[in-house]
Amino acid sequence: MHSASKERGAADFLLSGNGVKSAPGLFGEAENSCIEPKISARGVNFYYGPKRALKDINMDFSPRLITAIIGPSGCGKSTFIRLLNRMNELVPGTRLEGEILLDGLDIVAPVCDVAELRKRVGMVFQKPNPFPKSIFENVAYGLEINGSLARRAIEEKVEDSLKKAALWDEVKDRLRESALGLSGGQQQRLCIARCLAVEPEVILFDEPCASLDPISTAKIEELILTLKKTYTIVIVTHNMQQAARVSDRTAFFLMGELIEYGGTGMIFKAPHDRRTEDYITGRFG
Amino acid sequence: MTKRELIQKTGFTLLAMCMAANIVFLGLIIFFIASKGLSIISWEFLTQAPVDAMTRGGIAPAIVGTLYLTLGAVLIALPLGAACAIYLTEYSPKGWTVNLIRISVNNLAGVPSVVFGLFGLAIFVKKAGFGVSMLSGSLTLGILALPVIISASQEALIAVPQSIREASLALGATRWETIHRVVLPAALPGILTGVILSVGRVAGETAPILFTAAAFYMKGYPDSVLSEVMALPYHIYALMTEGTHPEIQTQIAYGSSLVLLALVLSVSMLAIFIRQRYRRGYNA
Ligand SMILES: Nc1ncnc2c1ncn2[C@@H]1O[C@H](COP(=O)(O)OP(=O)(O)O)[C@@H](O)[C@H]1O
Ligand SMILES: [Mg+2]
Repeated sequence: MHSASKERGAADFLLSGNGVKSAPGLFGEAENSCIEPKISARGVNFYYGPKRALKDINMDFSPRLITAIIGPSGCGKSTFIRLLNRMNELVPGTRLEGEILLDGLDIVAPVCDVAELRKRVGMVFQKPNPFPKSIFENVAYGLEINGSLARRAIEEKVEDSLKKAALWDEVKDRLRESALGLSGGQQQRLCIARCLAVEPEVILFDEPCASLDPISTAKIEELILTLKKTYTIVIVTHNMQQAARVSDRTAFFLMGELIEYGGTGMIFKAPHDRRTEDYITGRFG
Repeated sequence: MTKRELIQKTGFTLLAMCMAANIVFLGLIIFFIASKGLSIISWEFLTQAPVDAMTRGGIAPAIVGTLYLTLGAVLIALPLGAACAIYLTEYSPKGWTVNLIRISVNNLAGVPSVVFGLFGLAIFVKKAGFGVSMLSGSLTLGILALPVIISASQEALIAVPQSIREASLALGATRWETIHRVVLPAALPGILTGVILSVGRVAGETAPILFTAAAFYMKGYPDSVLSEVMALPYHIYALMTEGTHPEIQTQIAYGSSLVLLALVLSVSMLAIFIRQRYRRGYNA
């Protein structure tokens, strides 16, 4: 899928961060240790009513890297990333302990404006969820609610976002048609374009390919790799090949706990924890 | 044929017969009213006021009155009902208060219409001092229509998938922006369907306007919201119970019924049309 992987030479290998998959895995830890994390979770516990869904999670996300979160169904992957844009607040009866820092500032603090936070931390959901509006309006929505852009500027931004999401060529002649007429894969790229239009700094993907066919999946993965240059990306997946293909770092969750977190290459080739190894080799989960 | 096939066949045949019975009844009603009333319908009948103690002329003031009353009722009930539904489904904390309100709304739907009429008489005609007027009648009919509009709106709002609410919030929209820019437009066809169905009910009601709005006879059209109006259902009732020329009055009553039926049926058709048009919505 990637040209880099075909002609992967020694130089490419050392110049990490160009989509060469194993390099950041091997060098990731050392290379990024000096960079301020974009997001850090500190001592996070999360409860649905009395049920504790996350147990003492400590985790940093480095800027401009793709971090994958893997783990069996129900282990708390979605719960965790939905904390990063405070989506879990919509669920009544939940409780959070610990802190979550975005550029060092606590997003859980009462002074933090949740709408402002969500502009900076965008999200793409498991099932494509376009609005029942036109393709254009879907992408323009975030711009219209957030500001005072002129019509012309909105049109440019919509085109630009659709191009970045690799959808422009497929929809440029039908921008006024309903987004619900698009295929599942196109809808998901539209959701990505919609998210890009508000210029977030972080994008959270919650199993973005779970409902897509292999070709659409490949397109989305390719797209995610191109977005890495600009954004901090967190992707939840329970497809381990996908994690291996796209991510720089991988975290393994099990029953609400973070079991192991490190460079993707390391996690897949030489996991430290027995449970990670069992999961990756398909012995359970 | 095996026994199971026989049971299945009998079952489906019974269902088909019940459905046929429905169509037959509807057809019979339309046929019966049409056969008795069609002969009197003419351009004059639809456009002129009644004359000669309602034995000649037309029913135009009653048609216009019914349209006004119905429109007034919808203008009152739609914003109130939609607002109530939005509050109940989008804002209020889930729990026993909401359930209580929901039960009250459903019970309101079961209140006999003559009770609404008495309520309207006591509150709007007397207490508020609107007198027997279009305003009092529209308010009374509006309250009558509220439960239908509230429950249709609630259903329409609940049918809007949670996922698109989340999509909007995740883009940095507030809850209010999400409701008025995403949820309401998506729910609108459902809400409108509810409105139109309630129109069908409101247009045909006699009891609520009996004491609050209806005039036995008017030469012309109402000139303000505080004047009395003629209305089709009450006109039919009056023709059948009063007056001195029963034969001709009965015929006019059937003609009026046919007009009322046509009005209500065409409004229902409009509802179906709107629903079809927007069916390819989010749940396609
Ligand atoms: N809205 C909710 N209310 C109560 N429990 C929930 C809710 N959402 C998720 N959970 C529970 O929290 C745990 C983690 O769920 P989730 O984060 O969705 O897992 P994953 O995304 O890894 O499959 C599961 O045990 C699930 O049953
Ligand atoms: Mg999940």
